[in-house]
Amino acid sequence: MKILACISVVPDTTTKITFTDNNTQFNTAGVQYILNPYDELAVTRGLEIAEANGGTLTIVHVGKAEAEPVIRKALSMGANEAIRIDAEPTDAQYVAEEIAKIASGYDLILTGRESIDYNSGVVCGMLGSLLGIPSINVVTRIDFADGKFSFDRDIDGGRESITCAGPCVASAQKDLCEPRIPNMRGIMAARTKPLQVLAPQANANFSKCTSYELPVAKSGVKLIDAQEAGKLIDILRNEAKVI
Amino acid sequence: MSVLVFAEISDGKFKKATFEAVSYGRQVADMLGTEVVALAIGNGVNTADLGQYGAQTTIHIASSESFTPDAYAVAANAVANEVNASIVIVSNTYTGKSISPRLAQLMGASLATNVVSLPNTTQGFVVKRGVFSGKAFSFVDLQRDKKVIAITPNSFELATFDSTGTTTSSSVSLGSSGLSITAVNKVTGKIPLTEAEVVVSGGRGMKGPENWHMIEELANILGAATACSKPVSDMEWRPHSEHVGQTGITIKPNLYIAIGISGAIQHLAGVSSSKVIVAINKDPEAPFFKAADYGIVGDAFDILPQLITAAKN
Ligand SMILES: Cc1cc2nc3c(=O)[nH]c(=O)nc-3n(C[C@H](O)[C@H](O)[C@H](O)COP(=O)(O)OP(=O)(O)OC[C@H]3O[C@@H](n4cnc5c(N)ncnc54)[C@H](O)[C@@H]3O)c2cc1C
Ligand SMILES: Nc1ncnc2c1ncn2[C@@H]1O[C@H](COP(=O)(O)O)[C@@H](O)[C@H]1O
Repeated sequence: MKILACISVVPDTTTKITFTDNNTQFNTAGVQYILNPYDELAVTRGLEIAEANGGTLTIVHVGKAEAEPVIRKALSMGANEAIRIDAEPTDAQYVAEEIAKIASGYDLILTGRESIDYNSGVVCGMLGSLLGIPSINVVTRIDFADGKFSFDRDIDGGRESITCAGPCVASAQKDLCEPRIPNMRGIMAARTKPLQVLAPQANANFSKCTSYELPVAKSGVKLIDAQEAGKLIDILRNEAKVI
Repeated sequence: MSVLVFAEISDGKFKKATFEAVSYGRQVADMLGTEVVALAIGNGVNTADLGQYGAQTTIHIASSESFTPDAYAVAANAVANEVNASIVIVSNTYTGKSISPRLAQLMGASLATNVVSLPNTTQGFVVKRGVFSGKAFSFVDLQRDKKVIAITPNSFELATFDSTGTTTSSSVSLGSSGLSITAVNKVTGKIPLTEAEVVVSGGRGMKGPENWHMIEELANILGAATACSKPVSDMEWRPHSEHVGQTGITIKPNLYIAIGISGAIQHLAGVSSSKVIVAINKDPEAPFFKAADYGIVGDAFDILPQLITAAKN
């Protein structure tokens, strides 16, 4: 079985987000980059399924060389090989177009539910449509038995179970598995695993980010005495008018 | 040309998020001097409801097939072609987010999810969307002629119209799906977190799952959904589907009440777009107070009963 896991490289969750150049560029100064938390789940579950079925897991990332330490991390978790498509992505649709060019021939393709930087949640469905295969978003379970994949996925207000003969693409949601922590042997092995760099091929003309904005800061908290906590309800009803 | 709105049906009804999408679509259509068409796939719904919120026409495809993104995207694309739609609006729900990339791909359209504003068409077609899991917004210009926009629930006011619109049945058929749905478990009687206008949320300060009845009681009285911090769901005090924050769900209710939650940056990321934030914490130095509109410094176990009593009146 051949499995492909798409990974994005994102600012660490503690990053304070700021912008430069008149709010047109994300300020990368001092930012630590990590493997997108949902992709960590996709890689882990992909490895578990590959290992149980005598398969392989390939990692793909669309991005520049700075991402290589994070790609090596995915390799140190146990992935067999990696592909980096050497481009600065403009948006998630472009990423999907690039990945689609190398993604045929896999039985299962995994992405994260969304990247925690641009939060598009787009790559899974786009890839499915480009490759003409089913896509299953926000999955909390993936199993493979009797030649079929089965999934649980979050739906609005509940959960649904699905089967699919494959090939298909699915996006990982929390609860899928516990992320695997690389061990020393994995880290050593990752150094020499194949990492192929490919030139970009797709057209990037879907969208263009023109500027950024930070949320309006709160003007200050109004404190209510704990002895008279019930007053809060009155304030929410009559002053804030939200209940 | 027209603006098409994909109207989600859940349990034989349209959701509020769908009405918001219709009202949004109407405003976009008015801006562009064209009409808004709603597409409803399913059975048993009252399509006149869509007219009330702005749909001039509703195209109804009667079908008892469950939602699958591959089959529904094919039908939505066929209808978009039929009505010459260059803009399609969906809700930024799990359903909307799973169909929109497939539909955008079939249409050759630019796609923006997480959208919180009307388009600005003075220079291109620019929409504002949430990025960095609630820590910021970006403005993106959608460059293709066709666009698909997923709008975040509770970011656009409903508009009502004195009309039911007209409904036509369509014989467009769903595409085939490579997926078989084997079971559906819906939580009944609970408001989905992403669509809730009021959210009551508890953190580790609540001490244990046995104390959640107070959070639930307050939520019930306020017609609110319940949420929690990451450690609370990690410890399985609450289901993971209630976990809000940078690695959980990002929400945008009118009111967010945080009880016994410290206010870590990853938590705030997912909730800071809420219109009004209340923090209840026994530690006056808790970071949540800096992000809140109202606060009570005190013990949750003293304060919650007072709030429940006051809310009942
Ligand atoms: C990669 C990563 C991603 C993360 N993503 C998320 C995320 O998406 N969402 C999220 O929530 N967290 C996330 N976190 C965790 C985050 O950093 C915090 O650890 C977490 O939010 C803390 O949860 P808490 O406030 O419930 O618990 P604590 O930090 O333990 O805070 C408990 C609070 O309750 C108060 N308290 C205690 N007893 C009482 C009482 N009787 N009455 C009133 N108040 C009381 C305390 O003063 C304290 O402020 C993430 C962390 C990492 C590293
Ligand atoms: N630059 C990228 N390279 C490879 N995969 C990516 C990239 N960006 C996003 N993805 C994948 O697509 C998922 C969803 O990302 P997004 O659609 O950007 O929210 C991520 O969790 C990754 O699995």
